[in-house]
Amino acid sequence: MVTPEAYNEHYENETGKLGMWIFLFTELFLFGGLFLVYAVFRTKYSADFHIAARELNAFIGTMNTVFLLVSSMTVAMSITAIQKNQKKLAMFLVLVTLLLAALFMMNKYFEWAHKFEFKLYPGSQVLKNLPQGELLFFGLYFMMTGLHALHVLIGMILLSINFIKIKTGKVNQVHYLLLENSGLYWHLVDLIWIFLFPLLYLIT
Amino acid sequence: MKNEETHITSYSSHAIVLIILLILTTISVSVTGWHFGPFSVLVALIIASIKVRTVITHFMHMKFENLFMKLMITGVFTLFALVIIITFIDYYFR
Repeated sequence: MVTPEAYNEHYENETGKLGMWIFLFTELFLFGGLFLVYAVFRTKYSADFHIAARELNAFIGTMNTVFLLVSSMTVAMSITAIQKNQKKLAMFLVLVTLLLAALFMMNKYFEWAHKFEFKLYPGSQVLKNLPQGELLFFGLYFMMTGLHALHVLIGMILLSINFIKIKTGKVNQVHYLLLENSGLYWHLVDLIWIFLFPLLYLIT
Repeated sequence: MKNEETHITSYSSHAIVLIILLILTTISVSVTGWHFGPFSVLVALIIASIKVRTVITHFMHMKFENLFMKLMITGVFTLFALVIIITFIDYYFR
């Protein structure tokens, strides 16, 4: 026999998750537009894109891919931990996810700082003097990785809130929709990077 | 009335999924060294799609969602792929 409370709880979770997925779909199409612009200009200026993409460090890109993949696993594991009522473990796993996200951002900082050293940033004179295709490549590179990094930062804020709420017991074995939805958001950040990484760093 | 038991994914199965994802990453990194020409883009995108599918199915728990959610997620991602592919083909063969 299912109590009305349990019934409501179950359907609140279902609808909460449904709402999150619908939001994620809009995020997907936001990046989708950029992917399409990238695909079209890459075809139009393939030689320039080839030269410009060489500027990117595939090693840093690969490292960041690994960070995000591992962090996706730890956040998924934190949900398992909260479902099993292992509060300490759940907190630890969220913390590891945050740490990996911070490492990702650190790498991104060094990567961008290196570009800025060579006066490669949106609107710089050096960039304006490059051939049209290379200019477009760097424009798309800064826009796509920048927008993605913004999502990483938002994800970090969400995970920090979860960490505190698990600690205070507001997110627990029964009520963990916030952690689940933050997890979904974090996986989306990972999904977008899975496409960005080969498109920007590998295909040279 | 339906009230499905919540599925709890084990730690080990999460770890296995991660290993699969890391292997796929290694493949996509090494494939770029082989110079397939225009096909390297295709190969990289196919591997990326497999990785995305793995993340959605396992990490995002689509495998354990109800039929409605499964259909919606699959539908939207298919639509997404179609929008990109069809628009690109339209540009390419114009």
